[in-house]
Amino acid sequence: MLATLLGRLNWDQLPQDAITRGGAGSIVFGALGIVALITYLRRWKWLWKEWLTTQDPKKIGVMYIIVALVMLLRGAGDALLMRTQQAVASGSTAGPLDSYHFQQIFSAHGTIMIFFVAMGLMFGLINLVLPLQIGARDVAFPFLNATSFWLFFAGMALVNLSLVLGDFSAAGWLAYPPLSELKYSPTVGVDYWIWALQISGVGSLLSGINFLVTTLKMRAPGMTLMKMPMFAWSVLASMSLVAFAFPILTVTLTLLALDRTLGTHFFTAGMGGNAMMYVNLIWAWGHPEVYILVLPAFGIYSEVVATFARKKLFGYASMVWAIWAIVLLSFTVWLHHFFTMGAGADVNAFFGIMTGVIAIPTGVKIFNWLFTMHRGRIKFSTPMLWFMGFVVIFTIGGVAGVMMSVPAIDYQVHNSLFLVAHFHMMIVGGVVFGYFAGLTYWFPKIFGFRLNERLGRYAFWCWGVGFTMAFVPLYILGLMGATRRLDHYDASLGWQPLFIVAGLGVLILAAGIGFQILQLVVSIWQRDGNRDLTGDPWNGRTLEWSVPSPAPVYNFTSIPVVAERDQFWEDKQAGKKPVARYEDILLPKNTGAGIWIAGFAFLIGFGMIWHMYWLSVVALLGVVATIVVRASDDEPEYILTAKEVEKMDHALARRGSQYV
Amino acid sequence: MKKHIRIWSGILFGLAIAAVTGWYLSRHSVAVLQPAGQISAKERNLIAFCALLSITIVVPVFGLLGYFAWKYHEDNPRAKYSPELEGSAAAETIWWLIPTALMVVISVITWRSSYALDPFKPLSSSKRALHVQVVALDWKWLFIYPDQQVASVNQAAIPVGTPVDFQITSDAVMTSFWVPQLGGQMYAMPGMSTQLNLQAAKGGTYRGTAANISGKGFADMTFAVKAVPSKQFTKWISAAKQTPLPLTTSTYADLAHPSKEAKPSYYGSVDQGLYDTILMKYMMPMGNNSQTLGVGH
Repeated sequence: MLATLLGRLNWDQLPQDAITRGGAGSIVFGALGIVALITYLRRWKWLWKEWLTTQDPKKIGVMYIIVALVMLLRGAGDALLMRTQQAVASGSTAGPLDSYHFQQIFSAHGTIMIFFVAMGLMFGLINLVLPLQIGARDVAFPFLNATSFWLFFAGMALVNLSLVLGDFSAAGWLAYPPLSELKYSPTVGVDYWIWALQISGVGSLLSGINFLVTTLKMRAPGMTLMKMPMFAWSVLASMSLVAFAFPILTVTLTLLALDRTLGTHFFTAGMGGNAMMYVNLIWAWGHPEVYILVLPAFGIYSEVVATFARKKLFGYASMVWAIWAIVLLSFTVWLHHFFTMGAGADVNAFFGIMTGVIAIPTGVKIFNWLFTMHRGRIKFSTPMLWFMGFVVIFTIGGVAGVMMSVPAIDYQVHNSLFLVAHFHMMIVGGVVFGYFAGLTYWFPKIFGFRLNERLGRYAFWCWGVGFTMAFVPLYILGLMGATRRLDHYDASLGWQPLFIVAGLGVLILAAGIGFQILQLVVSIWQRDGNRDLTGDPWNGRTLEWSVPSPAPVYNFTSIPVVAERDQFWEDKQAGKKPVARYEDILLPKNTGAGIWIAGFAFLIGFGMIWHMYWLSVVALLGVVATIVVRASDDEPEYILTAKEVEKMDHALARRGSQYV
Repeated sequence: MKKHIRIWSGILFGLAIAAVTGWYLSRHSVAVLQPAGQISAKERNLIAFCALLSITIVVPVFGLLGYFAWKYHEDNPRAKYSPELEGSAAAETIWWLIPTALMVVISVITWRSSYALDPFKPLSSSKRALHVQVVALDWKWLFIYPDQQVASVNQAAIPVGTPVDFQITSDAVMTSFWVPQLGGQMYAMPGMSTQLNLQAAKGGTYRGTAANISGKGFADMTFAVKAVPSKQFTKWISAAKQTPLPLTTSTYADLAHPSKEAKPSYYGSVDQGLYDTILMKYMMPMGNNSQTLGVGH
């Protein structure tokens, strides 16, 4: 009876050693602390009404970003532990972690950084900016959007729960079978990995479709595709990739879950299973995923460079073609993740060449950004600094990538720390720097005040220097024959000094994160000195800067009409002031249905992980019931009358003048 | 004056880092760049060539970035400012063409080297290739010499100047077989037999390692490849033959049991066709039920 009720769950699943207890404790007490604080401040009702049930993409975006930044702290903590282990565990000296624990930590680091930091920041920024940029009041499917966020949150919760109950996968961030099969990973770890990704992955797919439709159908009148801001283009491209790539992930995870739960043999060793199929499938999603993340970052750089160089973006049409070339090519390169699996020379050569070819459109984009700076008047605010750092790091990482696209070279660096250095340079230098640039750039639009510039610069330099120190030694270590994921190594190899340098680099990088936290705190503290009263703090070019900061819930009092690229800039040049027109606006009502769906999804996952199948079935019925109830709601929207809009608009304008 | 101090201290700092790095590297083995085999030497040359080629991209990008940032800084009002400039067909054509030209070069290299350095391709040599069958186990490497009828664990001897044809499989999870100083890696997978043809150009003991995560004992899954003159190789084989322990289905089962840090050891004889048996057991319709729990874990 108890076994049916609780499945594999029992007291032994609580953390047993000091480090895990520390991690579990920080999660439990962190969560309890937040609950206590909200209760003490009596903010539950406010939180529920203003935030948790909101359908406003700007607020949903803020929630994505908060979750992603908290997860960045967790992922960085994992990185610190890994670097400590490798700096210490040379020869007979034991590091703080045993091999199994070490392997769980790097698996968690990769999973969290990609799915819950990079994806979170990406969807967060798209939510904040995309509707504003294309002159829309909302996304195409507001309720779906909120549900996607909560599914993302449920996946995140599952990953972190693994620290408290049971363990996490030790099979690497992509969990190759047969290692990830039940025979070699009998605990709940891989199941946590599967269900966390499955649930958040469905959220990502829904978001992808949502933003795809939003960009295609909800642009302001006159904004033809070729008049869209470059960030909107990059979102369109990235979301197309989501729509095509994420179903592959869903299917792959489902098959692995069937292997582990029902005893099927899709990927097992023997019984007709084929692990090579998994490796192909996971990378058929995994490689496009890299471009899903980096394309929106490219879009951000395009906005940032044009704005801070105070000049039109160079080669707009080239940029658009380059983006779509990348989209197309990104589905033709997945095999370069396993040139060493024994495919013939012709197959390897084909995928090697396609991989190299992606460097062409990417190179074109770099040159176009550089020539946007040419004959500009460049203001080096922090978003621009992140761009400069990106060009340096991404170029180095990029040429390393082109080298690895030659299969005969890849044989010698595959699975080594050279590879680790390469992809961190692409994902941190390319993606994360871009999102930080975007966060700094659009922060005033959402919160109404700017971030502290000086602390932002300190943070940038710590990231730049720390990151370089942490990853350049890894290129050398890779060439010395150091493979990735080693929990210890032979002292005679002489690798320790380089691992120590890399560890110090991560400490400097951690100081950068410290400065970012400080920047946030100081900026909130001194917000009255940094108010953005004009709605246009950077002398911007695109529509989002034409509305007051913080942007009102309805975005635009009247939908703008677009005739040119950089419409807002052109209006300013022509001295055109917007005429205030007020109209009734239809807006989605708040609803908690998304939270319910995600909560049930969490329980489905939890039940599957712990073999409490009754719970999964009940929770699945819960999802269906919630959808039925929600679908039966005949009035999911409310009308903000023209009068109310006018009142709100005037209040915003007064607020602006009150600080002048 | 102050600017000069900054530039010079920057240069000195760079030189100091280069000097320390150079000193460090001179004292340690950089396996991939110090090849001891025919294949690894060619792979090293490819790396060097592509690294040099990449300078043609890195230098202009860094140069333009630095120059434009300095020249068009808002504090330099003398610089031209053309806010309406939005492209140039000629310029854009140039930077569609330059990377394309580079990629044509790299594509040719990719195509030719993929065939020339195909790991499955037998190496041309007047000498007959030595066959070595490699089985990745949890967490050690078994080397079977089918023609010599001996086997060894975590250590392999090969004759210098003779091509070696490694046949690779796994009787545990998937991992990767890598001896950086001799050549690139190849995956070892259960139920699959891959091939890696290598040849040592000079004598020495070379570090080999599992390159793909394979569970708890992954970091200890290293081995040594001893490249020795033919005579010594023959001696090594006869010494191994002296080992009383034979490699049979039952001694193999003992060996296959998961264990870490296995010391190099030998088997004086090997059951005929053991490698094929290991391989086939994953290919039989009802073989090796992977869902059986708790096998040594």
